[in-house]
Amino acid sequence: MSRRALPYRRVFAVPAAIALLSAAGLGAALLGDGLWDACAWLGLGVPCLLGGWPLLRRRPRG
Amino acid sequence: MKASTIRRWSAVHTWSSLVCTLFLLMLALTGLPLIFHHEIDHLLGDAPQLRDLPAGTPSLELQALVRAAEAHRPGEVLQYLGWDDDEPHAVLAITAARADTEPNASHTFMLDGCTGEVLPMPSANGGPMLFILRLHVDLFAGLPGKLLLAAMGVLFAVALVSGTVLYAPFMRRLAFGTVRETKPRTRWLDLHNLIGIVTLTWALVVGITGVFSACADLLIDAWRNDTLAALVAPYRDLPPPSRHAPADRLPAIAGEAAPGMRPDFIAFPGTRFSSGHHYTVFMKGGTPLTSHLWTPVLIDARDLAVTAVGQRPWYMDVLSMSQPLHFGDYGGMPMKVLWALLDVLTLVVLGSGLYLWWVRRAARRAA
Repeated sequence: MSRRALPYRRVFAVPAAIALLSAAGLGAALLGDGLWDACAWLGLGVPCLLGGWPLLRRRPRG
Repeated sequence: MKASTIRRWSAVHTWSSLVCTLFLLMLALTGLPLIFHHEIDHLLGDAPQLRDLPAGTPSLELQALVRAAEAHRPGEVLQYLGWDDDEPHAVLAITAARADTEPNASHTFMLDGCTGEVLPMPSANGGPMLFILRLHVDLFAGLPGKLLLAAMGVLFAVALVSGTVLYAPFMRRLAFGTVRETKPRTRWLDLHNLIGIVTLTWALVVGITGVFSACADLLIDAWRNDTLAALVAPYRDLPPPSRHAPADRLPAIAGEAAPGMRPDFIAFPGTRFSSGHHYTVFMKGGTPLTSHLWTPVLIDARDLAVTAVGQRPWYMDVLSMSQPLHFGDYGGMPMKVLWALLDVLTLVVLGSGLYLWWVRRAARRAA
């Protein structure tokens, strides 16, 4: 908690990138099949992974 | 952000979330099996099984299928005939006591397009999956239930936006993705913030498209009252026709009126999607994107002349696009799995939010 406070622009940099990626993923599969679907899996897979991983990760002991 | 501003957003977040959380938990839980309803139907043996016929077996004329449907449900009338891209040799039939009977009281089944044989669809008319669907759609309470859930969806969106605003003061001193393992409360606060922010776009899209879908009855009524009423104005004072011309040529006639499109379903005269004087063939576009959008072609039920090719008001397009974006059924099985995982993550955000509110409340009482 001793870190210096970041400007809000920096706080939202990564979340904004994830938001854009998800939105692109949601849109991509509407435009076609095949490669478009794969883009959608990538776009929605990233938030799944980032949200799911810390939940499943074993907590360090001590 | 000033302390007083944070307090205000915090109050908005707490109360918008608290009011909608129980409903959202129900929606996320019932939504989970609904993502896979197709697969579950197959697993339970509820999916209609078409007989294997030699390639090139000719299809029956449409009117023969209409007769087969009406013979299967004596005393009822056909409301809708529809096509399914996955089953090109079959048609879906929906019958009811009257043409204007409400959807929940109608009966759905499949007809083999080559033989006219009836294939029951038990999960469309009853059973556990329909029970889950009704809970999800209207809490068994009809329009008031749908509107209540729509209001909860709006509150959910407010909770998501206020939660995003609050993400900033909480995360100013932490690197993205930090989950502090010091105390359970801190760990769950960090998880709530992290999972909430990464699933934000998906949750907003599914939430808002859910609100539109919940308002479908109102939007369809609006479409009936402005677009449809204007198109059928010349018929207003005429008595409804006593006999309807055979349905055989309807797809071809509609195809000529709306080139480049394919028929998706036919609304029979007197139903909610047609007038008392018309067959309405709902055509969908030929590209992946426009295949979600419907263009109605009104065909006079007496002489099969095309009365009008309907324009689509923007709200009907929004309603149409809301379906794939809410169901997650437009990107194959991997997308359904991702949809389910994001749904589970939303359950974690809802549950952890409730937990955080509870421990804070308990701590404040103890102080």
